[in-house]
Amino acid sequence: MTSTKATPAPPAHPAAPQIPKTPTGIEGLDAITDGGLPTGRATLVCGGPGCGKTLLAMEFLARGALQFNEPGVFLSFEETARELTLNIASLGVDLNDLTRRKLLVLDHVRTDRHNPEASGDFSLDGLFIRLGHAIEAIGARRVVLDSVESVFDGLPNRLILRAELRRLFGWLKDKGVTSVITGDGSDRALTRHGLEEYVSDCVIELAQHTVGQASSRRMRVIKYRGSTHGSGIYPFVIDPSGIVVLPITSKGLAHAVCDDRVSSGIADLDTMLGGAGYYRGSSVLVTGSAGTGKTSLAAQFCDRACARGERALYFAFEESSSQIIRNMRSIGIDLAQWVDKGLLRFQATRPSFAGLETQLMLMYTAVKSFGPQVVVVDPLNGFLIGDNVDEVKFMLMRLADMFNTSLITGLFTSSGIGDHANGSHEASISSLIDTWLILEHLEMSGERNRTLSILKARGMPHSNQIREYVLGSSGVHLSDVYIGPRGVLTGSARMTQQAQEQADALLTQNETERLRLAIASKQRALEAKIELLRDELSLQEEQARRIIGLEESKARQLQQDRAAMGIYRTRVAPAAPGAKHEAGPEQP
Amino acid sequence: MKLVQNNPEGRAGPSGATDLAAYALRLYIAGQTPKCRAATINIKTICETYLAGNYKLEVIDLVDNPALAASDQIVAIPTLVRTQPLPVRRIIGDLGNTERVLAQLDLVPRPA
Repeated sequence: MTSTKATPAPPAHPAAPQIPKTPTGIEGLDAITDGGLPTGRATLVCGGPGCGKTLLAMEFLARGALQFNEPGVFLSFEETARELTLNIASLGVDLNDLTRRKLLVLDHVRTDRHNPEASGDFSLDGLFIRLGHAIEAIGARRVVLDSVESVFDGLPNRLILRAELRRLFGWLKDKGVTSVITGDGSDRALTRHGLEEYVSDCVIELAQHTVGQASSRRMRVIKYRGSTHGSGIYPFVIDPSGIVVLPITSKGLAHAVCDDRVSSGIADLDTMLGGAGYYRGSSVLVTGSAGTGKTSLAAQFCDRACARGERALYFAFEESSSQIIRNMRSIGIDLAQWVDKGLLRFQATRPSFAGLETQLMLMYTAVKSFGPQVVVVDPLNGFLIGDNVDEVKFMLMRLADMFNTSLITGLFTSSGIGDHANGSHEASISSLIDTWLILEHLEMSGERNRTLSILKARGMPHSNQIREYVLGSSGVHLSDVYIGPRGVLTGSARMTQQAQEQADALLTQNETERLRLAIASKQRALEAKIELLRDELSLQEEQARRIIGLEESKARQLQQDRAAMGIYRTRVAPAAPGAKHEAGPEQP
Repeated sequence: MKLVQNNPEGRAGPSGATDLAAYALRLYIAGQTPKCRAATINIKTICETYLAGNYKLEVIDLVDNPALAASDQIVAIPTLVRTQPLPVRRIIGDLGNTERVLAQLDLVPRPA
């Protein structure tokens, strides 16, 4: 016992009994609510006018009928059945058909027209009977009361109405139908008449925000009794398929990483990035002021990706696709071929065309449908309208998350326009970025030249060098920069430096050659001298040898002469000149 | 289906033809709740007092005819609808306040 007390005992059991849920079928919403709305209970959907309450409610019924075979009753207090049918038809749902198939009952409750006079006590039994009749007619499992608060406009005596609505919600629960009740919100309260006091199992708030000139829609689950739910503010859009909610951000950071690398499209840059380029699924930020070549870098990235047979999606927020294609042709990048082959898709919109969330959703759906390996967002800073850095950061986080989990390599460009405030914007998003490349203008000797450096590259050794970034006639390449006495040299200064070095080298080479020749000639001269001496030596040697030989033969002669003379003396001494005959007697 | 209480007991009005009655009224109720019973009694009294022989009153119980609730746009119970003369007038409640009912029906209260 004591030991169990000591442990904190986390109650988070994976198999904890969840309350039963009814899926809405709306993409994303079921994810946020961990499976849908509470079955057999009422959910309050509140928000200001035009934020999509009716659509959400209608989609709940239509998808219930079509996807889950659960018939539904739509009690509309505002729009007529005809208006509703027309409005929803734009999303491709034919309510008349659903009605014919007994999957839907549309009832328009007119409360505002007659403004009846009250004389005494009354009840809303008429409404109960209508609803009950409709539910029974088709065996409805889902019910929508769209702006039930309108009864307060049409009928007198708020006290009675409040009591009656409370009774209505209890009655719906007893019926076991899953209901959606919409209510108009105001600044002060979720609903005008405090419906949230009665409908409190699940409350979802929809809102429409306007930032700058763009509006965006958001959704928030305020409460959900007996269930976990996402607690963030989720963007949603109304697109031709209905409401799409982006369930943001993976809850954790547990996405699998990939060791696979993707070429940056520039061989030299790959070399700088540990020799292999970016990690697949990572996010790359390219910052630089206007004209530093961000788009070119992005275009080359796409171009090479397409050349490898990958698919690339290019979100352009400043230029149209044809502009980009034309401009890139000038540096020898032919993007049109990839567009024709279906490997490259441009999605060009003005950032102010829609709110951040809408843009995000559009990007989300485009990525989902195209399935690219490479995505370019060019540029990000179009979204920085006013003071919405945090929102842009949030959006970037979602994008980066999405790319990460789908192993898409994302390249974002951003122009700081050289001002420090924007620089700090970039700093605030930098934590989401895996690789950050900086493109800069270097102004020197009457020129502007582009340079590229790597500010960070998570998880890989990378070059610390500033390289010159050259937009050539066959794309982008990097060239080595020259470090001169005044810092890094680029452009013609670099060329001058190069020429200078070449000249220097030539000079040195000449000098060496000259020295070498001099040495050689000296050597030759010396060798000649040596030869001469050697000749002389051998001459002298020869002479000496000859003299020595002469002397020797002289001495021998003398000895012979003496011997012959001796013989001669011992015998009859012949005449001295007969020396030639000396040998005569020895011969025989 | 409709519980028609039309000029009870052949007490024909001056015109004699009930179909041409100047006043056509419908009272929607839901079951025999105290409110509904009170409304039924109240409207009958008013009609007999002010419109004797010149009215047609239908009392419609939505419990028996639930479909009529939607087609006749009934929310509150009881609801009295004056369909003739035009314009259509609606009064909700148990009709206990005779003066209000008369005002809505464009009838001049008779001094008691």
